[in-house]
Amino acid sequence: MDNIIEVVNLTKKFKDFLAVDRVSFEVKRGEIFAFLGPNGAGKSTTIKMLTTLLRPTAGQMKINGYNPIKQANQVRHSFGIVFQDQSLDDELTAYENMYFHAVLYNVLKTDRKKLIEKFLRFVDLWDRKDDLVKKFSGGMKRRLEIARGLLHKPDIIFLDEPTLGLDAQTRNYLWTYLKDLNKKENITIFFTTHYLQEAEDIAQRIAIMDHGQIIESGTAEELISKTNSKNLEGAFLTLVGANIRQEESGAIDKLRMRRRMFHK
Amino acid sequence: MRTIYILFIRQLKRYLRSKPRIIGSLGQPILFLVALGFGFGPVFQKAGEGSYIHFLAPGVIGMSIIFTAIFSGIEIIWDRQFGFLKETLVAPVSRFNIMLGRTMGGAVVSTIQGTIVFLISLTVGFRPYNWTLVPLAIVFMFLISLLFTAFGTAIASRLSDMQGFQLIMNFIIMPLFFLSGALFPLEGLPSAISLLTKFDPLTYGIDALRVIFLGAGHFSLLVDTLVLGSVTLGFLLLGSYLFSKIEV
Repeated sequence: MDNIIEVVNLTKKFKDFLAVDRVSFEVKRGEIFAFLGPNGAGKSTTIKMLTTLLRPTAGQMKINGYNPIKQANQVRHSFGIVFQDQSLDDELTAYENMYFHAVLYNVLKTDRKKLIEKFLRFVDLWDRKDDLVKKFSGGMKRRLEIARGLLHKPDIIFLDEPTLGLDAQTRNYLWTYLKDLNKKENITIFFTTHYLQEAEDIAQRIAIMDHGQIIESGTAEELISKTNSKNLEGAFLTLVGANIRQEESGAIDKLRMRRRMFHK
Repeated sequence: MRTIYILFIRQLKRYLRSKPRIIGSLGQPILFLVALGFGFGPVFQKAGEGSYIHFLAPGVIGMSIIFTAIFSGIEIIWDRQFGFLKETLVAPVSRFNIMLGRTMGGAVVSTIQGTIVFLISLTVGFRPYNWTLVPLAIVFMFLISLLFTAFGTAIASRLSDMQGFQLIMNFIIMPLFFLSGALFPLEGLPSAISLLTKFDPLTYGIDALRVIFLGAGHFSLLVDTLVLGSVTLGFLLLGSYLFSKIEV
Protein backbone atom coordinates (compact mmCIF):
# COMPACT_ATOMS: atom_id res chain seq x y z
CA MET A 1 0.00 0.00 0.00
CA ASP A 2 1.42 3.41 -0.97
CA ASN A 3 1.26 6.49 1.20
CA ILE A 4 -1.48 8.95 0.25
CA ILE A 5 -0.29 11.50 2.83
CA GLU A 6 3.37 12.09 3.61
CA VAL A 7 4.40 14.79 6.05
CA VAL A 8 8.00 15.56 7.05
CA ASN A 9 8.96 18.11 9.71
CA LEU A 10 5.86 20.19 9.12
CA THR A 11 6.01 23.43 11.10
CA LYS A 12 3.68 26.39 11.49
CA LYS A 13 4.52 29.49 13.46
CA PHE A 14 2.10 32.39 14.12
CA LYS A 15 4.39 35.25 15.13
CA ASP A 16 5.95 33.89 18.36
CA PHE A 17 3.53 31.00 18.78
CA LEU A 18 4.66 27.62 17.47
CA ALA A 19 1.36 25.90 16.59
CA VAL A 20 2.84 22.88 14.79
CA ASP A 21 6.37 21.79 15.58
CA ARG A 22 8.25 19.51 13.16
CA VAL A 23 5.44 17.02 12.72
CA SER A 24 6.14 13.93 10.60
CA PHE A 25 3.74 11.11 9.74
CA GLU A 26 2.28 9.21 6.83
CA VAL A 27 -1.13 7.79 6.04
CA LYS A 28 -1.56 4.78 3.76
CA ARG A 29 -3.99 4.81 0.86
CA GLY A 30 -7.30 3.37 2.02
CA GLU A 31 -6.46 3.74 5.70
CA ILE A 32 -8.75 5.13 8.42
CA PHE A 33 -6.48 7.43 10.40
CA ALA A 34 -7.39 9.29 13.57
CA PHE A 35 -5.60 12.44 14.62
CA LEU A 36 -6.21 13.03 18.30
CA GLY A 37 -5.18 15.63 20.80
CA PRO A 38 -6.51 18.07 23.39
CA ASN A 39 -7.92 21.47 22.38
CA GLY A 40 -5.22 23.69 20.93
CA ALA A 41 -2.84 20.80 20.22
CA GLY A 42 -2.39 21.85 16.58
CA LYS A 43 -4.67 19.31 14.85
CA SER A 44 -6.80 21.82 12.94
CA THR A 45 -3.72 23.86 11.95
CA THR A 46 -2.14 20.69 10.56
CA ILE A 47 -5.32 19.91 8.60
CA LYS A 48 -5.41 23.47 7.26
CA MET A 49 -1.87 23.07 5.94
CA LEU A 50 -2.65 19.68 4.40
CA THR A 51 -5.71 21.15 2.70
CA THR A 52 -3.92 24.24 1.27
CA LEU A 53 -5.63 26.74 3.56
CA LEU A 54 -2.42 27.65 5.36
CA ARG A 55 1.14 27.83 4.12
CA PRO A 56 3.56 26.01 6.40
CA THR A 57 6.50 27.86 7.89
CA ALA A 58 8.74 24.84 7.16
CA GLY A 59 8.59 21.17 6.23
CA GLN A 60 7.38 19.05 3.32
CA MET A 61 4.01 17.50 2.50
CA LYS A 62 2.66 15.27 -0.24
CA ILE A 63 -1.02 14.58 -0.73
CA ASN A 64 -1.89 11.91 -3.27
CA GLY A 65 1.58 12.45 -4.76
CA TYR A 66 1.16 16.22 -5.11
CA ASN A 67 2.78 19.13 -3.30
CA PRO A 68 0.04 21.26 -1.64
CA ILE A 69 2.05 24.46 -2.16
CA LYS A 70 3.14 24.01 -5.77
CA GLN A 71 0.26 21.83 -7.00
CA ALA A 72 -2.60 23.20 -4.91
CA ASN A 73 -5.37 22.50 -7.42
CA GLN A 74 -4.38 18.84 -7.94
CA VAL A 75 -4.32 18.44 -4.16
CA ARG A 76 -7.71 20.15 -3.81
CA HIS A 77 -9.22 17.75 -6.35
CA SER A 78 -7.93 14.82 -4.27
CA PHE A 79 -9.72 15.53 -1.03
CA GLY A 80 -13.07 16.36 0.47
CA ILE A 81 -13.33 18.07 3.81
CA VAL A 82 -15.74 18.57 6.65
CA PHE A 83 -14.54 21.49 8.76
CA GLN A 84 -14.78 21.78 12.51
CA ASP A 85 -16.93 24.93 12.16
CA GLN A 86 -19.89 25.04 9.83
CA SER A 87 -19.06 26.03 6.25
CA LEU A 88 -22.45 25.99 4.52
CA ASP A 89 -24.25 28.96 3.01
CA ASP A 90 -27.31 29.39 5.23
CA GLU A 91 -29.11 31.49 2.63
CA LEU A 92 -29.02 28.69 0.03
CA THR A 93 -31.00 25.47 0.04
CA ALA A 94 -29.42 22.07 0.72
CA TYR A 95 -29.60 21.29 -3.01
CA GLU A 96 -28.04 24.62 -3.95
CA ASN A 97 -25.16 24.11 -1.51
CA MET A 98 -24.50 20.73 -3.12
CA TYR A 99 -24.85 22.15 -6.63
CA PHE A 100 -22.48 25.00 -5.82
CA HIS A 101 -19.90 22.45 -4.65
CA ALA A 102 -20.43 20.28 -7.76
CA VAL A 103 -19.76 23.23 -10.06
CA LEU A 104 -16.67 24.36 -8.14
CA TYR A 105 -15.25 20.82 -8.28
CA ASN A 106 -16.11 20.45 -11.96
CA VAL A 107 -18.39 17.43 -11.45
CA LEU A 108 -19.68 16.51 -14.90
CA LYS A 109 -22.95 18.24 -15.75
CA THR A 110 -24.55 14.91 -16.66
CA ASP A 111 -23.66 13.42 -13.25
CA ARG A 112 -24.47 16.38 -11.02
CA LYS A 113 -28.17 15.75 -10.33
CA LYS A 114 -27.67 12.01 -9.93
CA LEU A 115 -24.79 12.40 -7.47
CA ILE A 116 -26.49 15.15 -5.48
CA GLU A 117 -29.56 12.94 -5.10
CA LYS A 118 -27.42 9.92 -4.13
CA PHE A 119 -25.57 11.77 -1.37
CA LEU A 120 -28.57 13.72 -0.09
CA ARG A 121 -30.46 10.43 0.18
CA PHE A 122 -27.49 8.91 2.01
CA VAL A 123 -27.66 11.57 4.71
CA ASP A 124 -31.44 11.40 4.69
CA LEU A 125 -31.91 14.98 3.50
CA TRP A 126 -33.38 14.44 0.04
CA ASP A 127 -36.87 15.34 1.29
CA ARG A 128 -35.47 18.62 2.64
CA LYS A 129 -33.41 19.46 -0.44
CA ASP A 130 -35.36 22.65 -1.20
CA ASP A 131 -35.26 24.02 2.34
CA LEU A 132 -32.91 26.85 3.23
CA VAL A 133 -30.00 25.59 5.32
CA LYS A 134 -30.70 28.23 7.99
CA LYS A 135 -33.81 26.21 8.91
CA PHE A 136 -31.73 23.07 9.58
CA SER A 137 -30.67 21.80 13.00
CA GLY A 138 -26.96 21.47 13.81
CA GLY A 139 -27.08 17.73 13.15
CA MET A 140 -28.73 18.19 9.76
CA LYS A 141 -26.11 20.75 8.77
CA ARG A 142 -23.37 18.32 9.74
CA ARG A 143 -24.94 15.58 7.64
CA LEU A 144 -25.20 17.93 4.69
CA GLU A 145 -21.53 18.89 5.02
CA ILE A 146 -20.52 15.23 4.99
CA ALA A 147 -22.61 14.62 1.86
CA ARG A 148 -21.04 17.65 0.23
CA GLY A 149 -17.52 16.54 1.13
CA LEU A 150 -18.07 13.22 -0.65
CA LEU A 151 -19.85 14.62 -3.70
CA HIS A 152 -16.84 14.91 -6.02
CA LYS A 153 -15.62 11.38 -5.15
CA PRO A 154 -12.37 12.38 -3.42
CA ASP A 155 -9.52 9.94 -2.69
CA ILE A 156 -9.20 11.31 0.85
CA ILE A 157 -11.79 12.77 3.16
CA PHE A 158 -10.66 15.02 6.00
CA LEU A 159 -13.17 15.07 8.83
CA ASP A 160 -12.39 17.61 11.54
CA GLU A 161 -14.61 16.53 14.44
CA PRO A 162 -17.34 15.37 12.06
CA THR A 163 -19.67 13.96 14.67
CA LEU A 164 -19.58 16.93 17.03
CA GLY A 165 -23.12 17.70 18.15
CA LEU A 166 -24.66 14.63 16.53
CA ASP A 167 -26.81 12.17 18.44
CA ALA A 168 -25.64 8.58 18.92
CA GLN A 169 -27.92 7.22 16.18
CA THR A 170 -26.67 9.67 13.57
CA ARG A 171 -23.04 9.08 14.59
CA ASN A 172 -23.50 5.37 14.25
CA TYR A 173 -25.25 5.77 10.88
CA LEU A 174 -22.51 8.01 9.48
CA TRP A 175 -19.62 5.86 10.61
CA THR A 176 -21.26 2.72 9.27
CA TYR A 177 -21.58 4.40 5.88
CA LEU A 178 -18.07 5.88 5.94
CA LYS A 179 -16.52 2.53 6.87
CA ASP A 180 -18.46 0.91 4.05
CA LEU A 181 -17.26 3.58 1.65
CA ASN A 182 -13.69 3.06 2.84
CA LYS A 183 -14.00 -0.67 2.21
CA LYS A 184 -15.72 -0.54 -1.17
CA GLU A 185 -14.08 2.50 -2.74
CA ASN A 186 -10.78 2.45 -0.84
CA ILE A 187 -11.30 6.09 0.21
CA THR A 188 -8.81 7.26 2.85
CA ILE A 189 -10.39 8.73 5.97
CA PHE A 190 -8.42 11.21 8.07
CA PHE A 191 -10.37 12.37 11.07
CA THR A 192 -10.10 14.17 14.38
CA THR A 193 -12.48 13.60 17.25
CA HIS A 194 -12.84 14.11 20.96
CA TYR A 195 -14.94 10.94 21.21
CA LEU A 196 -12.11 8.54 21.97
CA GLN A 197 -14.32 5.46 21.87
CA GLU A 198 -15.17 6.43 18.29
CA ALA A 199 -11.45 6.54 17.41
CA GLU A 200 -10.82 3.22 19.16
CA ASP A 201 -13.65 1.54 17.28
CA ILE A 202 -13.04 2.98 13.84
CA ALA A 203 -9.44 4.05 13.28
CA GLN A 204 -6.90 1.58 11.93
CA ARG A 205 -4.10 3.83 13.12
CA ILE A 206 -3.98 6.78 15.51
CA ALA A 207 -1.59 9.68 16.07
CA ILE A 208 -1.77 11.69 19.27
CA MET A 209 -0.71 15.29 19.11
CA ASP A 210 0.06 17.68 21.96
CA HIS A 211 1.74 21.10 22.10
CA GLY A 212 2.19 21.02 18.33
CA GLN A 213 4.03 17.69 18.25
CA ILE A 214 3.05 14.09 17.62
CA ILE A 215 3.81 12.40 20.90
CA GLU A 216 2.72 8.86 20.01
CA SER A 217 1.25 6.89 17.14
CA GLY A 218 0.14 3.34 16.39
CA THR A 219 -2.95 1.18 16.49
CA ALA A 220 -5.37 1.60 19.40
CA GLU A 221 -4.11 -1.70 20.84
CA GLU A 222 -0.50 -0.57 20.63
CA LEU A 223 -1.23 2.73 22.39
CA ILE A 224 -3.22 0.98 25.13
CA SER A 225 -0.48 -1.58 25.62
CA LYS A 226 2.36 1.02 25.64
CA THR A 227 0.65 3.00 28.38
CA ASN A 228 -0.69 0.03 30.36
CA SER A 229 -4.18 1.45 30.07
CA LYS A 230 -7.59 -0.19 29.93
CA ASN A 231 -8.77 1.66 26.85
CA LEU A 232 -7.83 4.45 24.44
CA GLU A 233 -9.17 7.13 26.74
CA GLY A 234 -6.85 5.89 29.47
CA ALA A 235 -3.93 5.83 27.05
CA PHE A 236 -4.78 9.34 25.84
CA LEU A 237 -4.95 10.78 29.35
CA THR A 238 -1.70 9.06 30.31
CA LEU A 239 0.03 10.61 27.30
CA VAL A 240 -1.35 14.15 27.40
CA GLY A 241 -2.24 14.51 31.09
CA ALA A 242 -5.59 15.19 32.69
CA ASN A 243 -5.35 18.98 33.00
CA ILE A 244 -7.94 21.03 31.13
CA ARG A 245 -6.38 23.10 28.32
CA GLN A 246 -7.09 26.72 27.50
CA GLU A 247 -7.77 27.47 23.85
CA GLU A 248 -8.32 30.58 21.76
CA SER A 249 -12.03 30.93 21.00
CA GLY A 250 -13.07 30.29 17.43
CA ALA A 251 -14.52 32.97 15.17
CA ILE A 252 -18.11 31.92 15.86
CA ASP A 253 -17.55 32.02 19.61
CA LYS A 254 -16.11 35.53 19.32
CA LEU A 255 -19.12 36.67 17.32
CA ARG A 256 -21.55 35.19 19.83
CA MET A 257 -19.76 37.00 22.64
CA ARG A 258 -19.95 40.27 20.74
CA ARG A 259 -23.67 39.79 20.10
CA ARG A 260 -24.21 39.20 23.79
CA MET A 261 -22.33 42.40 24.55
CA PHE A 262 -24.55 44.36 22.17
CA HIS A 263 -27.70 42.93 23.76
CA LYS A 264 -26.45 44.01 27.20
CA MET B 1 -15.98 30.80 -16.24
CA ARG B 2 -18.05 28.26 -14.29
CA THR B 3 -16.54 29.54 -11.03
CA ILE B 4 -17.29 33.16 -11.84
CA TYR B 5 -20.81 32.20 -12.92
CA ILE B 6 -21.71 30.14 -9.83
CA LEU B 7 -20.37 32.76 -7.41
CA PHE B 8 -22.21 35.46 -9.33
CA ILE B 9 -25.45 33.46 -9.08
CA ARG B 10 -24.89 32.92 -5.36
CA GLN B 11 -24.57 36.65 -4.69
CA LEU B 12 -27.71 37.32 -6.70
CA LYS B 13 -29.75 34.63 -4.96
CA ARG B 14 -28.69 35.84 -1.54
CA TYR B 15 -29.75 39.37 -2.43
CA LEU B 16 -33.09 38.46 -3.96
CA ARG B 17 -33.95 36.25 -0.97
CA SER B 18 -33.14 38.91 1.55
CA LYS B 19 -36.23 41.12 1.33
CA PRO B 20 -35.49 43.00 4.58
CA ARG B 21 -32.09 43.91 3.10
CA ILE B 22 -33.66 45.24 -0.12
CA ILE B 23 -36.33 47.23 1.70
CA GLY B 24 -33.97 48.41 4.44
CA SER B 25 -31.38 49.68 2.00
CA LEU B 26 -34.02 51.76 0.20
CA GLY B 27 -35.01 53.63 3.36
CA GLN B 28 -32.01 55.96 3.40
CA PRO B 29 -32.16 56.99 -0.30
CA ILE B 30 -35.88 57.69 0.01
CA LEU B 31 -35.27 59.81 3.10
CA PHE B 32 -32.52 61.76 1.33
CA LEU B 33 -34.66 62.30 -1.76
CA VAL B 34 -37.72 63.43 0.16
CA ALA B 35 -36.22 65.28 3.14
CA LEU B 36 -33.23 66.87 1.45
CA GLY B 37 -34.79 67.11 -2.01
CA PHE B 38 -37.85 68.98 -0.86
CA GLY B 39 -36.19 70.59 2.17
CA PHE B 40 -33.35 72.28 0.33
CA GLY B 41 -35.26 72.61 -2.95
CA PRO B 42 -36.49 76.20 -2.38
CA VAL B 43 -33.04 77.43 -1.17
CA PHE B 44 -31.34 75.79 -4.15
CA GLN B 45 -33.84 77.36 -6.53
CA LYS B 46 -33.46 80.81 -4.95
CA ALA B 47 -29.70 80.51 -5.45
CA GLY B 48 -30.42 80.14 -9.15
CA GLU B 49 -29.30 76.51 -9.38
CA GLY B 50 -32.60 75.06 -10.68
CA SER B 51 -34.38 71.98 -9.39
CA TYR B 52 -32.61 70.40 -6.41
CA ILE B 53 -34.42 67.08 -6.96
CA HIS B 54 -32.87 66.94 -10.45
CA PHE B 55 -29.45 67.75 -9.03
CA LEU B 56 -29.79 65.41 -6.05
CA ALA B 57 -31.21 62.27 -7.71
CA PRO B 58 -27.92 61.15 -9.41
CA GLY B 59 -26.15 61.74 -6.07
CA VAL B 60 -28.64 59.60 -4.17
CA ILE B 61 -28.40 56.87 -6.83
CA GLY B 62 -24.61 57.01 -6.35
CA MET B 63 -25.05 56.85 -2.57
CA SER B 64 -27.23 53.76 -2.83
CA ILE B 65 -24.66 52.12 -5.12
CA ILE B 66 -21.61 52.84 -2.96
CA PHE B 67 -23.32 51.57 0.22
CA THR B 68 -24.56 48.36 -1.41
CA ALA B 69 -21.34 47.74 -3.33
CA ILE B 70 -18.96 48.14 -0.40
CA PHE B 71 -21.20 45.99 1.79
CA SER B 72 -21.29 43.32 -0.94
CA GLY B 73 -17.50 43.42 -0.99
CA ILE B 74 -17.13 43.14 2.75
CA GLU B 75 -19.51 40.15 2.85
CA ILE B 76 -16.26 38.20 2.73
CA ILE B 77 -15.84 39.01 6.42
CA TRP B 78 -19.23 37.48 7.04
CA ASP B 79 -18.33 34.38 5.03
CA ARG B 80 -15.11 34.14 6.96
CA GLN B 81 -16.95 34.38 10.31
CA PHE B 82 -19.47 31.71 9.33
CA GLY B 83 -17.06 29.41 7.56
CA PHE B 84 -18.36 29.53 3.99
CA LEU B 85 -15.18 31.19 2.74
CA LYS B 86 -13.26 28.02 3.56
CA GLU B 87 -15.51 26.01 1.23
CA THR B 88 -14.52 28.24 -1.68
CA LEU B 89 -10.86 28.49 -0.73
CA VAL B 90 -10.30 24.70 -0.70
CA ALA B 91 -12.00 24.28 -4.08
CA PRO B 92 -9.74 23.52 -7.06
CA VAL B 93 -10.30 26.88 -8.72
CA SER B 94 -8.23 30.04 -8.96
CA ARG B 95 -8.70 32.64 -6.26
CA PHE B 96 -8.80 35.33 -8.92
CA ASN B 97 -11.91 33.69 -10.40
CA ILE B 98 -13.48 33.41 -6.95
CA MET B 99 -12.83 37.09 -6.32
CA LEU B 100 -14.08 38.06 -9.78
CA GLY B 101 -17.29 36.02 -9.43
CA ARG B 102 -18.07 37.53 -6.06
CA THR B 103 -17.29 41.03 -7.32
CA MET B 104 -19.43 40.67 -10.45
CA GLY B 105 -22.33 39.37 -8.36
CA GLY B 106 -21.97 42.21 -5.87
CA ALA B 107 -21.74 44.75 -8.70
CA VAL B 108 -24.93 43.49 -10.35
CA VAL B 109 -26.73 43.61 -6.99
CA SER B 110 -25.61 47.24 -6.50
CA THR B 111 -26.67 48.13 -10.04
CA ILE B 112 -30.13 46.69 -9.37
CA GLN B 113 -30.27 48.73 -6.19
CA GLY B 114 -29.22 51.87 -8.07
CA THR B 115 -31.86 51.23 -10.73
CA ILE B 116 -34.56 50.85 -8.07
CA VAL B 117 -33.51 54.19 -6.55
CA PHE B 118 -33.65 55.73 -10.04
CA LEU B 119 -37.24 54.46 -10.41
CA ILE B 120 -38.12 55.85 -6.96
CA SER B 121 -36.63 59.21 -7.88
CA LEU B 122 -39.03 59.37 -10.83
CA THR B 123 -41.93 59.30 -8.37
CA VAL B 124 -40.64 62.46 -6.65
CA GLY B 125 -40.37 64.42 -9.86
CA PHE B 126 -36.95 63.54 -11.29
CA ARG B 127 -36.88 63.27 -15.10
CA PRO B 128 -33.84 62.48 -17.28
CA TYR B 129 -33.46 65.00 -20.09
CA ASN B 130 -33.01 62.21 -22.62
CA TRP B 131 -34.70 58.87 -21.95
CA THR B 132 -32.70 57.04 -24.60
CA LEU B 133 -29.57 57.54 -22.47
CA VAL B 134 -30.98 55.62 -19.49
CA PRO B 135 -29.27 52.33 -20.60
CA LEU B 136 -25.95 54.22 -20.70
CA ALA B 137 -26.61 55.43 -17.15
CA ILE B 138 -27.13 51.80 -16.10
CA VAL B 139 -23.77 50.91 -17.67
CA PHE B 140 -22.13 53.63 -15.56
CA MET B 141 -24.00 52.46 -12.47
CA PHE B 142 -22.44 49.04 -13.09
CA LEU B 143 -18.99 50.57 -13.46
CA ILE B 144 -19.36 52.47 -10.16
CA SER B 145 -20.66 49.27 -8.55
CA LEU B 146 -17.74 47.24 -9.84
CA LEU B 147 -15.27 49.79 -8.53
CA PHE B 148 -16.67 49.88 -5.02
CA THR B 149 -17.35 46.13 -4.74
CA ALA B 150 -13.70 45.50 -5.65
CA PHE B 151 -12.74 48.18 -3.12
CA GLY B 152 -14.88 46.45 -0.44
CA THR B 153 -13.28 43.11 -1.31
CA ALA B 154 -9.81 44.61 -0.95
CA ILE B 155 -10.67 46.03 2.50
CA ALA B 156 -12.38 42.84 3.65
CA SER B 157 -9.43 40.70 2.61
CA ARG B 158 -7.38 42.48 5.28
CA LEU B 159 -9.98 42.24 8.06
CA SER B 160 -10.59 39.09 10.06
CA ASP B 161 -13.86 40.03 11.74
CA MET B 162 -16.62 42.63 11.88
CA GLN B 163 -14.77 44.77 14.44
CA GLY B 164 -13.48 46.95 11.62
CA PHE B 165 -16.99 47.60 10.36
CA GLN B 166 -17.54 50.94 12.13
CA LEU B 167 -14.11 52.03 11.00
CA ILE B 168 -15.06 51.38 7.38
CA MET B 169 -18.39 53.13 7.83
CA ASN B 170 -17.06 56.29 9.50
CA PHE B 171 -13.70 56.70 7.83
CA ILE B 172 -14.27 55.35 4.34
CA ILE B 173 -17.88 55.19 3.17
CA MET B 174 -19.22 58.40 4.71
CA PRO B 175 -16.26 60.61 3.62
CA LEU B 176 -16.39 59.11 0.11
CA PHE B 177 -20.09 59.94 -0.08
CA PHE B 178 -19.99 63.44 1.42
CA LEU B 179 -16.95 64.50 -0.61
CA SER B 180 -18.35 63.26 -3.92
CA GLY B 181 -20.54 66.27 -4.68
CA ALA B 182 -23.62 64.07 -4.31
CA LEU B 183 -25.37 66.70 -2.20
CA PHE B 184 -23.78 69.96 -3.34
CA PRO B 185 -22.28 71.41 -6.55
CA LEU B 186 -18.50 71.16 -6.93
CA GLU B 187 -18.18 74.74 -8.12
CA GLY B 188 -16.98 77.41 -5.69
CA LEU B 189 -15.75 75.06 -2.96
CA PRO B 190 -12.83 75.97 -0.68
CA SER B 191 -9.64 74.78 -2.37
CA ALA B 192 -8.87 72.06 0.24
CA ILE B 193 -12.34 70.52 -0.10
CA SER B 194 -12.18 70.89 -3.87
CA LEU B 195 -8.89 68.99 -3.90
CA LEU B 196 -10.33 66.20 -1.75
CA THR B 197 -13.34 65.82 -4.05
CA LYS B 198 -10.95 65.27 -6.96
CA PHE B 199 -9.36 62.31 -5.15
CA ASP B 200 -12.74 60.70 -4.49
CA PRO B 201 -13.60 58.21 -7.27
CA LEU B 202 -17.32 58.52 -6.45
CA THR B 203 -17.12 62.16 -7.59
CA TYR B 204 -16.51 60.97 -11.15
CA GLY B 205 -19.26 58.33 -10.91
CA ILE B 206 -21.88 60.83 -9.80
CA ASP B 207 -20.64 63.38 -12.30
CA ALA B 208 -21.00 60.81 -15.10
CA LEU B 209 -24.59 60.13 -13.99
CA ARG B 210 -25.30 63.89 -14.00
CA VAL B 211 -23.84 64.28 -17.50
CA ILE B 212 -26.05 61.42 -18.75
CA PHE B 213 -29.23 62.29 -16.85
CA LEU B 214 -29.04 66.10 -16.90
CA GLY B 215 -26.82 66.82 -19.88
CA ALA B 216 -24.35 68.81 -17.75
CA GLY B 217 -21.60 67.93 -15.29
CA HIS B 218 -18.44 69.24 -13.70
CA PHE B 219 -16.10 67.09 -15.82
CA SER B 220 -16.55 65.64 -19.30
CA LEU B 221 -17.89 62.09 -19.69
CA LEU B 222 -14.51 61.10 -21.14
CA VAL B 223 -12.66 62.21 -17.99
CA ASP B 224 -15.24 60.45 -15.81
CA THR B 225 -14.90 57.24 -17.85
CA LEU B 226 -11.11 57.28 -17.80
CA VAL B 227 -10.91 57.87 -14.04
CA LEU B 228 -13.61 55.31 -13.21
CA GLY B 229 -12.13 52.72 -15.59
CA SER B 230 -8.57 53.04 -14.34
CA VAL B 231 -9.52 53.13 -10.64
CA THR B 232 -11.81 50.09 -11.14
CA LEU B 233 -8.97 48.19 -12.79
CA GLY B 234 -6.63 49.20 -9.97
CA PHE B 235 -9.04 48.01 -7.27
CA LEU B 236 -9.76 44.77 -9.13
CA LEU B 237 -6.02 44.04 -9.22
CA LEU B 238 -5.51 45.10 -5.60
CA GLY B 239 -8.60 43.13 -4.47
CA SER B 240 -7.51 39.98 -6.27
CA TYR B 241 -3.96 40.26 -4.89
CA LEU B 242 -5.17 40.72 -1.30
CA PHE B 243 -7.81 38.01 -1.74
CA SER B 244 -5.13 35.57 -2.96
CA LYS B 245 -3.25 36.16 0.31
CA ILE B 246 -6.17 35.32 2.60
CA GLU B 247 -5.47 32.63 5.17
CA VAL B 248 -8.29 31.24 7.30
